[in-house]
Amino acid sequence: MQSIGDALGLAVALVLSGDPDLLEIVLLSLQVSLTATVLACMIGLPIGALVAIGRFRGRNAVLILMNALMGLPPVVVGLLVYLHLSRSGPLGFLGLLYTPTAMIIAQTILIAPIIAALSRQVLEDLHTEYADQFRSFCLTRLQTVQALLWDARYSLLTVGLAGFGRAVAEVGAVIIVGGNIDHLTRVMTTAIALETSKGELGLALALGMILLAIALGVNAAVQSVRMTAARQAYV
Amino acid sequence: MFDASMMRTAPESRATQVSPILPLTMRDVVLRFGGATVLDGVSLDLGSRGCTVIMGPNGAGKSLLLKLMHGLIAPGSGDILWGGARPSEVMSRQALVFQKPVLLRRSVAANIDFVLKARRKDRSRRTALLEHVGLLHKADQPARLLSGGEAQRLALARALATDPEVLFLDEPTASLDPASVLAIERIMSDARQRGVRVVLVTHDVGQARRMADDVVFLHRGRIAEHSPASDFFPEPRCAAARDYVNGRIVV
Ligand SMILES: Nc1ncnc2c1ncn2[C@@H]1O[C@H](COP(=O)(O)OP(=O)(O)O)[C@@H](O)[C@H]1O
Ligand SMILES: [Mg+2]
Repeated sequence: MQSIGDALGLAVALVLSGDPDLLEIVLLSLQVSLTATVLACMIGLPIGALVAIGRFRGRNAVLILMNALMGLPPVVVGLLVYLHLSRSGPLGFLGLLYTPTAMIIAQTILIAPIIAALSRQVLEDLHTEYADQFRSFCLTRLQTVQALLWDARYSLLTVGLAGFGRAVAEVGAVIIVGGNIDHLTRVMTTAIALETSKGELGLALALGMILLAIALGVNAAVQSVRMTAARQAYV
Repeated sequence: MFDASMMRTAPESRATQVSPILPLTMRDVVLRFGGATVLDGVSLDLGSRGCTVIMGPNGAGKSLLLKLMHGLIAPGSGDILWGGARPSEVMSRQALVFQKPVLLRRSVAANIDFVLKARRKDRSRRTALLEHVGLLHKADQPARLLSGGEAQRLALARALATDPEVLFLDEPTASLDPASVLAIERIMSDARQRGVRVVLVTHDVGQARRMADDVVFLHRGRIAEHSPASDFFPEPRCAAARDYVNGRIVV
């Protein structure tokens, strides 16, 4: 067990020297979580838009489900994906368990409901404002959805960033389906968990600092998107 | 400054291809919200030309009457027919400028482009339309940063971009300065001159005098009077309208 002072010194040295192992972990983290965010947006945005402007039976049930799924515990998602991808599972033949792809799948499932629920709220508010005008313009449903997505672009960007922030910081799902295999599926959060349990605080702290910096960066990005939108009165 | 032929196909030339949209006939139209009857037994005929001004105190039902005519809401009972067609069938041949203009979160130019594209109109008309309402110099500005008068003019230009045969305007000059009022009246008169059927809601008695060919006075959800402007303005027939135009408080 290192002293905290030693660990901190080591961490700073690791970050500053651009340690290749560290870099590999950080890059894989970003790759997995960014891909998951893009996929989750491709799934979540259309669903959010559909529920936002649709009036159909069972809409309230869908809303409740969407909001409930927002709070999915990462370990439960990990477990479910594990059950499907494990050798004896229905998708075991794909051989995806303990690969970055498995981690992307798990994180996509984790944050797609967040994207769907948050974008539904954003788009529904906007639709309430635009609905009469759009009907007067005699727009098609597709034209309406496209216009709503574009006019909500700043808010939706912050929704995407919120999803990314959740993905990159979660550990429960990726550790179950990724397995934290060195040079293959080791990402920041799983590495921190493992190194800390081994008492290797240097690498853990270095990764912790980077993760914190990313979290700060995401928040700064959200803030600047909001300010840009507000400046143009596009909120 | 402005070449009207660039703006739109004349309604007359189109009327030969499709059935005429006018006259409008409304018969015994009733509109209720929950228990409250907000429009009660409204019957109204609008002829094929000119500018109809709808007046009446706040809450009389003017905005709802426009939305009924345009087809945005359906009456509880009664008939609304445009040359025999239901409002929803002819909505695309009409345009409504809302009391609060709903501008897209885009540039001024993009607000026009959006409508031209969605309605498959000639995209090159954007410049002429913006020039017509005096907003060409603001083309690249975010639409939501426009002043009240500018926002109304953009909403008006966007409505004109759809080549409406009927143009509804809901208090388009409320709380605007005199210059903006005049600019908007000029654009409305221009449309009327080109054969667009204008239906205007206003509280401004002076504006009603300047614009109206006929006046509908709405009071507590009923049409208290519908007269030619030349009859209404010297002296409205109904007492509530008389008090209203003479500046006495009408509730
Ligand atoms: N969606 C609605 N639900 C219930 N009441 C409404 C609704 N819209 C309008 N009203 C009521 O109908 C009446 C007429 O409204 P409106 O046509 O907007 O009046 P105005 O003549 O000032 O334009 C008002 O008393 C208003 O409160
Ligand atoms: Mg009104």
